[in-house]
Amino acid sequence: MEHALNELGPIAVHKVSYLWLIPLFPAVGAFINSLFGVRIQRAIGKQAVHVIAIAMMALSFAVAARAFLEMVSLAPDERFLQQTLWNMVSAGRLSFDLAFALDPLSMMMVLIITFIGTLIHVFSIGYMAEEPSYWRFFAYLNLFVFAMLLLVMGDNFAVMFFGWEGVGLASYLLISFWYTDIEKAKAGMKAFVVNRFGDFGFILGLFLLFWSLGGVWEQRADVRSLSYQPEIGERAVPEARNPFLAVGPKVAEVHEHQVRIGPTLNFRELRDQVVIEGTGVAEHLKHQVVWGFALMAVVGILMFVGAMGKSAQLPLYVWLPDAMAGPTPVSALIHAATMVTAGVYMVARLSYLYALSPTAMGWVATIGILTAFFAATIGFFQYDIKKVLAYSTVSQLGFMFVGVGVGAYWAGSYHLLTHAFFKACLFLGSGSVILGCHHEQDMRQMGGLKKHMPVTAWTYLIACWAIAGFPWAAGFYSKDEILWKAFTARDLAFLGHSAPWLGPAIFVLGILAATGTSFYMFRSYYMTFTGTYRGGAGHAEEHDEDPHSAHAAPHHVTAAHPHDNVDPIAGHGAHGKDDHGHGHGHHGATPHESPLSITAVLAVLAAGSVLAGLLGIPALWTGHEPLLERWLAPSLPAEVHFEEFPHSTELLFQCLGFAAATIGWFFARLLFKDGKSAVPAQLKKNFFGAWTVVYNKYYVDEAYHAVVVRPSLFLARFLFWFDQHVLDWMVNFVGWLGRFVANVDGAIDKYIVDGAVNAVAGLTGEAGRALRRIETGRITTYLYGLTLGSLLVVLFNFLFR
Amino acid sequence: MAHVTLSHFLVVGGLLFALGLFTVLTRRNAVAVLMGVELLLNAANVNLVAFNHYVVGGLAGQVFTLFVIVLAAAEAAVGLAIVLSIFHTFKTIDVRAADLMRE
Repeated sequence: MEHALNELGPIAVHKVSYLWLIPLFPAVGAFINSLFGVRIQRAIGKQAVHVIAIAMMALSFAVAARAFLEMVSLAPDERFLQQTLWNMVSAGRLSFDLAFALDPLSMMMVLIITFIGTLIHVFSIGYMAEEPSYWRFFAYLNLFVFAMLLLVMGDNFAVMFFGWEGVGLASYLLISFWYTDIEKAKAGMKAFVVNRFGDFGFILGLFLLFWSLGGVWEQRADVRSLSYQPEIGERAVPEARNPFLAVGPKVAEVHEHQVRIGPTLNFRELRDQVVIEGTGVAEHLKHQVVWGFALMAVVGILMFVGAMGKSAQLPLYVWLPDAMAGPTPVSALIHAATMVTAGVYMVARLSYLYALSPTAMGWVATIGILTAFFAATIGFFQYDIKKVLAYSTVSQLGFMFVGVGVGAYWAGSYHLLTHAFFKACLFLGSGSVILGCHHEQDMRQMGGLKKHMPVTAWTYLIACWAIAGFPWAAGFYSKDEILWKAFTARDLAFLGHSAPWLGPAIFVLGILAATGTSFYMFRSYYMTFTGTYRGGAGHAEEHDEDPHSAHAAPHHVTAAHPHDNVDPIAGHGAHGKDDHGHGHGHHGATPHESPLSITAVLAVLAAGSVLAGLLGIPALWTGHEPLLERWLAPSLPAEVHFEEFPHSTELLFQCLGFAAATIGWFFARLLFKDGKSAVPAQLKKNFFGAWTVVYNKYYVDEAYHAVVVRPSLFLARFLFWFDQHVLDWMVNFVGWLGRFVANVDGAIDKYIVDGAVNAVAGLTGEAGRALRRIETGRITTYLYGLTLGSLLVVLFNFLFR
Repeated sequence: MAHVTLSHFLVVGGLLFALGLFTVLTRRNAVAVLMGVELLLNAANVNLVAFNHYVVGGLAGQVFTLFVIVLAAAEAAVGLAIVLSIFHTFKTIDVRAADLMRE
């Protein structure tokens, strides 16, 4: 065992002094715009507001690029930049710093966030131009980027969790950005509350992990302790340097470095002790059982619950489609490119922990593929262009989780990267369309936009290629790698039982989901950009048979009543219906191409959607492993086993992926090109029941409403009643009692204490009044008194001698 | 001629004191009051001399008496000055008028 050390050693840390600048700049931007934005906007104009915000983003990106260059110059195994600012908490065995770290994985994330973030800030100039509280939007956006950077750059769980909660807050603020519209305020609240569920799981998992690493606060005879003493024998030397390990210090010397063993929140310390076999921690964790379950499975699943919330996986995905209530740049930045990938990042970051538990991996992959498939089917029948993209985001996130779940951590992260580009491009493209069509989001009111908005159409098409998985765009490489790895994965387990069938099953569902993805994405493309413009024409027959008109769940209003002027954006007060040029009343007006700030950003993102493919050209084609895999390898030390197949098999699977994309595209083209085919309407008529169920998103929201919301409300009402009638009664009784006692006390005070005081005063006064008569002021009177007194003294002296 | 004893002197002193006191208490004229005070002082003087002669011996009593006479002279001067001042203030030397302390 001693000499069977893994080749992996502890991470070599390169201390640098500029990492804090990366999150600082957006924080400063948010600070300035939130405190002085309204004055700046009034005094100088909107340009000043966005110049500040974008300059901060650009500076942040510049520092990130500087860090990237430094990292590239280091040897692959030493790519770890770290900066500790100060110690935040030191309590018992718990200690953590405000510290930032960049390894290849977080470097990739930081570059995505700052680069795409900057682009989306630029896009927002054009998109939000009519917005009165422009400054507020940019302040929130900067705040979001700040929190997101904390999340990915945190050197320990605490900083990461600050970011984790911070992005939740920013997301809430931005979804309900137009808060005067109650539906949007509700959507923001829904996102926040659903995320709280997930965060709770995440925290529990974190506590359990900390505990299992030996972080037991106190030994008690009646509680079986999970703390352990690894067998490291003679190599154990007392460790005095680190105060939080003062209790039961254990240090294993591996090579010339020291690795601390014990409870920690620091990712690097955690990674070192788990990854280096000599410490025995991995073995310990693997065989630890808690309440009859494998510990690592419980930890992994609980932490994944956090990812389910943040990254919108089954069953906590419901907030993401509603989050489309926010402005479109927000949907692109937060709800597609960055924040929702936080869960994927977290699983990849903890790859070495997930690799310890096949059950947790199987769980992640299963949830991922089910989400991918489920969300893809909902995407088929949505009419709101943003809703289509929202469900496709949920679906693609599912694919990412399949990647990180089956152990292809780099592939999951790669899909995260490509998805950030093509989904940002799609969302911004939809934003451009919405702007061009005067705040119309219903695809049935679009059509033929290619003529009017060529740049938007082309970029949208390129992004569609990417997401559908055509080999000339990036999405193919990441999705194909994920599905291939899923097929070959052999380490998975399903709820504790080894499940070699799980990988192939995931592959089959994945191919189906990929076909569906291709179908609904091209459906949205053809409905939006081909045929003739239908804006303002009206589709009475569609409207009549629309199940929503009878069913009208509040958040479906947009799709269900295209003629009722209740479009969430146009209906908002900030976008006054008639008093500005883009009012909703001008339905018949021709759509127009968006300004340069929008089309330029779209072009950059479309280029990214293609070029990102270069990072992941499979080894099968080039003979050496993909660029990104090599880059990420130091960050993803987990050992996961995949079955070897001959090259021809892999090639066949790649062809399958291509075929899936083509089939999806073919049917979409057949059914929706130019809006001429009558088949969709016919199919809809024939399978109206099934169509209704899927169109209503399988009634998941309604189920939630019945199962979670209503009981919660009932409980809340009951508690309100309890509060009103029982608690308040008690409080009132105590109040009444207090008043009673106070009255008694007051009476005592008034009549007895005050009476005594007044009596003394009155007596003194009376005495004074009586005695003042003898004070005549005449000398003679006093002399009489003197004489009389003297005589009395003499008399007494004489009588009582 | 009967033998003169201490008691005779004491009776004279007592009469003088009584007369003086009576004068001080009853007269309204401030000057008369001052005269009464002289009588009181001299009553004390008689007593001092008499006790010195009959009881103590020596000269201490006589010396005290001389001091008291000097004191009485000074007191008369000050007293008359006060009376003058009262007259200036109240245009009378009736002691009943000087009752400003009452307020």
